Amino acid sequence: MGGLKAEAVAQIKEICGRYKDENTPLMMILSDIQNEYGYIPLDVQEIVSQETGISVAEIYGVVTFYSFFSLTPKGKYVIGCCLGTACYVKGAQNVIDKFSEILKIKPGETTADGLFTLDALRCIGACGIAPAVTINGTVYPKMSAGQVPDVLAHYTKEGATA
Amino acid sequence: MAKINIKIEGIPYQVEAGQTILEAAKACGYEIPSLCTYNHGECNVGSCRVCLVEATGARGLVASCVYPVAEGMEIRIGSPAAVEARRHSVELLLSNHNKNCQQCEKNGHCELLYVAQLTGARDDAFAGAHSETYLDQVAPGLVRDTSKCILCGRCVERCKNAHGLGILGFENRGFSTIVSPAENRSFADSPCIQCGQCVNVCPTGALMEHSEIDKIDAAFKAGKHVIAQAAPAVRAALGEEFGYPIGTPVTGKMAAAMRRLGFERVYDVNFGADLTIMEEGTELLKRLTEGGVLPMITSCSPGWVNYAEYNYGDLLPHLSSCKSPHQMQGAIIKAWWAKQNNIDPKDVFVVSVMPCTAKKFEKEREQEKVDGIPDVDAVITTRELARMIKRSGMLFNRLPDEPWDQDIMGDYTGAGVIFGVTGGVMEAALRTVYFKLTGKEHDPIELTAVRGHDAGIREASIDINGTIVNVAIASGMKSAKVLLDEIREGKSKYQFIEIMGCPGGCINGGGQPYVRPVFLPNEADDILDTYKEKRAQALYTEDERQVVRQSHNNPQIAELYEKFLGEPNGHLSHKLLHTSYAAREGFNEVK
Repeated sequence: MGGLKAEAVAQIKEICGRYKDENTPLMMILSDIQNEYGYIPLDVQEIVSQETGISVAEIYGVVTFYSFFSLTPKGKYVIGCCLGTACYVKGAQNVIDKFSEILKIKPGETTADGLFTLDALRCIGACGIAPAVTINGTVYPKMSAGQVPDVLAHYTKEGATA
Repeated sequence: MAKINIKIEGIPYQVEAGQTILEAAKACGYEIPSLCTYNHGECNVGSCRVCLVEATGARGLVASCVYPVAEGMEIRIGSPAAVEARRHSVELLLSNHNKNCQQCEKNGHCELLYVAQLTGARDDAFAGAHSETYLDQVAPGLVRDTSKCILCGRCVERCKNAHGLGILGFENRGFSTIVSPAENRSFADSPCIQCGQCVNVCPTGALMEHSEIDKIDAAFKAGKHVIAQAAPAVRAALGEEFGYPIGTPVTGKMAAAMRRLGFERVYDVNFGADLTIMEEGTELLKRLTEGGVLPMITSCSPGWVNYAEYNYGDLLPHLSSCKSPHQMQGAIIKAWWAKQNNIDPKDVFVVSVMPCTAKKFEKEREQEKVDGIPDVDAVITTRELARMIKRSGMLFNRLPDEPWDQDIMGDYTGAGVIFGVTGGVMEAALRTVYFKLTGKEHDPIELTAVRGHDAGIREASIDINGTIVNVAIASGMKSAKVLLDEIREGKSKYQFIEIMGCPGGCINGGGQPYVRPVFLPNEADDILDTYKEKRAQALYTEDERQVVRQSHNNPQIAELYEKFLGEPNGHLSHKLLHTSYAAREGFNEVK
């Protein structure tokens, strides 16, 4: 636990404190930490364990069960490619393959410069606009592999200037 | 509870309302094939789907382990649909299982193999992809092999119930799910105390002790002087491996068997236990009279010591500096026995037979060596000793009862025997401390106030010449935590505390024979509630049979101090018999 800064420890404890009256606070605590830091490494889980009395193994189990939670830092831009049934039959595999090819990462990984994370999602409930892609909450409807280079170029430029 | 009417296979029965079908059927004389042969509140998820039956009023087949009986319900266990469904459930479990049964050390105790035979499961009925598997054999005490895990979760529950620890948990999801310490770490890189309680409940070979039989074979081959010593609790359970009723002490046959395995000497660790009492009792008296750190806590249980080092680093000065009995005795064998026999200690190989998996870890500690020589070279569990006896061809029940070796050491008292049950170390210590302070023996010899056989906290106040000594006893870390938090908050009212890692003490250790009702047809239905008491009784009976029942009256111990050690807690004692502790980080950095 030596690697965490005192402020971070204090903030994680504060987040745990928000839900101390809940019967099952774990999901809410982890959601807040995920939103705040972008990931939930083991040292952080140890603090949550101390604060809640839930074992580290159980917390780790929840973190690895839900794809919303991450053990490693996510990139500045999180690309979510829906591979649900509707998107899949409309060619979503080609779209995610194109992202993979250009970014040189597999789904679930983050680029070395920390700019992009590529996630394969199950159905995100946007079947009418399949295949759907989301990037930091912005939805790209009816994507095709051909559009991928332009979309990436936009974020690469934005990321460089920001 | 109200009675209700049901039918099983068309025959009417009256059963308790609120029971599950499985329980009700058992009460009526039916054992529904299931993986619940151990189920004792440590699985209630109904996820394995082995125990499916037909029941009227239900949609489709139901899992009898979780489905309650209802008035007028008609249950079919043997219908073609139910039989086929149960077979399919087991075949599905087997489809992702490593079926190297002949190499598996769980063979003979495996519940999955048992139910596979019972249901007629066919090989590779559902052949297909296998999950990625992991083998952890880094930790000295335990081995985890996920290729044999059926994800039942009993180990997860046991770790939480016994210790409040929850080292093991479900990780990832779907086909990638495994049961493991966080991050799929080795037990060695997690705050696991290596007590082995998880091994005791695992229905398959996924969790096992880390066997050291090979090391012993190698020591014999190398021509070492191989000396064996067995802990008190082993005698109370070893017989179970050879068909004796639970609670049958087999001390004499065990000594005979070990002698026939070729060990040059076979000693009872009870001698070491008596020695521990001399050292620990003296330490307690010093702390009481000279203002040392109180309460003092016993340090015989390596599972408990691991827990303390991981979780209560600030309380380590409370632990007695005494090594555990087998480590003390190992040190004496190498320093005293070897010298008396003109043998180089480096040529002596000490094997401890223990009810425990954490002892395998303990003997590896740097603090358990004298001048670089380990006190103990190999630790095997009660189960491993049974394996060695079986492979050697001995018919255990035909062996004569033989005594332990007691040439220049090895004699023991009743106080040493009861170390194997929770409260035993406390009672043995108090017998001696009472004598030291009053000059006379406690009458009666027994201090029944500290006795018990279950987890949970017991406390007592002993009047010694007007001085009241408050003591407490806990086994299982869940109970221990309560006492430890009191100390941390400065609220502890005790002077002396006994803590044992496993609930009930060593008789219920992680290296003891498996208690599986399905493999014990002659035991009563409630054996899972009574086996600890029965094993404990075996030790109390042996204590009562001893003529000498206080450690300070052991003549060989007196001789050892006179001829070799000097006095308890003296210079040589400290070098050979005492140890130290250090706080450890639970999830250390993994290289």
